[in-house]
Amino acid sequence: MLDQLDNFPILKKVLESLETNFKDSILDKTFEKNELSVLIKKEDLIGVLTYLKTEQGFNALNDMIGIDNLPYAAEGKKRFSVYYQLYRFQDFQRIRIKVDTEENEGIDSIVSLYKSSDWAEREIYDMFGITFSSHPDLRRIYTPDNFEGYPLRKDFPMEGKK
Amino acid sequence: MTDKTDKIEQPSVIMTNLDKFITWAQKNSVWPFGSGLACCAIEMVATACARYDIARFGMELFRASPRQSDLFIVAGTVTNKMAPGIRRLWEQKPDPKWVVAMGNCAVSGGPFPTYAVLQGVDKILPVDVYIAGCPPTPQALLHGLMTLQEKIKTEHPTKEIFDVHARPTR
Repeated sequence: MLDQLDNFPILKKVLESLETNFKDSILDKTFEKNELSVLIKKEDLIGVLTYLKTEQGFNALNDMIGIDNLPYAAEGKKRFSVYYQLYRFQDFQRIRIKVDTEENEGIDSIVSLYKSSDWAEREIYDMFGITFSSHPDLRRIYTPDNFEGYPLRKDFPMEGKK
Repeated sequence: MTDKTDKIEQPSVIMTNLDKFITWAQKNSVWPFGSGLACCAIEMVATACARYDIARFGMELFRASPRQSDLFIVAGTVTNKMAPGIRRLWEQKPDPKWVVAMGNCAVSGGPFPTYAVLQGVDKILPVDVYIAGCPPTPQALLHGLMTLQEKIKTEHPTKEIFDVHARPTR
């Protein structure tokens, strides 16, 4: 589906500049339903997002999404994925950055870059147990403080653990 | 001469049981504290409006503060995160106080047997009347409130005056 990107010259330009600047970081790229997604290495997350924000003008973090890949563990997928949905106001462009992580690895926090990621990272920590290193205040946001387990994990029982 | 004035000055006497008088006053002036937690709140508000007219039972004064009310209508889903707040609101109510669990969620957790929802508000509060339904119709709520009135009628408030042990220990 990546050939459809030819109809979207602005997004194609963004992807090309990403490929020239972060040649080794990009693991995969997909274009589906007019949306561009780029899978990058976890170590280069801060670098790529800083470049997209300062050089390319993607100054809004619309949302952060956590995904549990447990059903696809047989295919060799890492346990969790975190998606960053970025937006550029000038010409209404969107780009999605994906990162894969294992259960006990943790991800760099991007609160210093996008302030709006503060509560989003707390929510993902609450629901999936993914830790964000150097987050200023990483604690549960929806469930009570004494809650056990992480509800949106696929192996979490619906009635709770107690 | 004996005119009308003399007759009016005659004190009129009604003989009754004090328990009966107090409960009669209590049951006809139950001021509810409506804690609308979910969709049941809409039915509760409909009950308070003119069509179903909760004022017929002396309950039209929905108070915004638990300190001014007698009846706690738990209308809706109580989540585990909300449960300490509900318990605290109930503790702030002055005696005598009653609790009505409105709707399946407040009765038993209803359609949410999940980690996030308290499985029945009777785990944290002493419930007097359970009203089933999802949500209960205004008629069902009114029937529940009339049932509560019947229950208040059978209570013995004067017993607490003479018997220390009969007073609420909470």
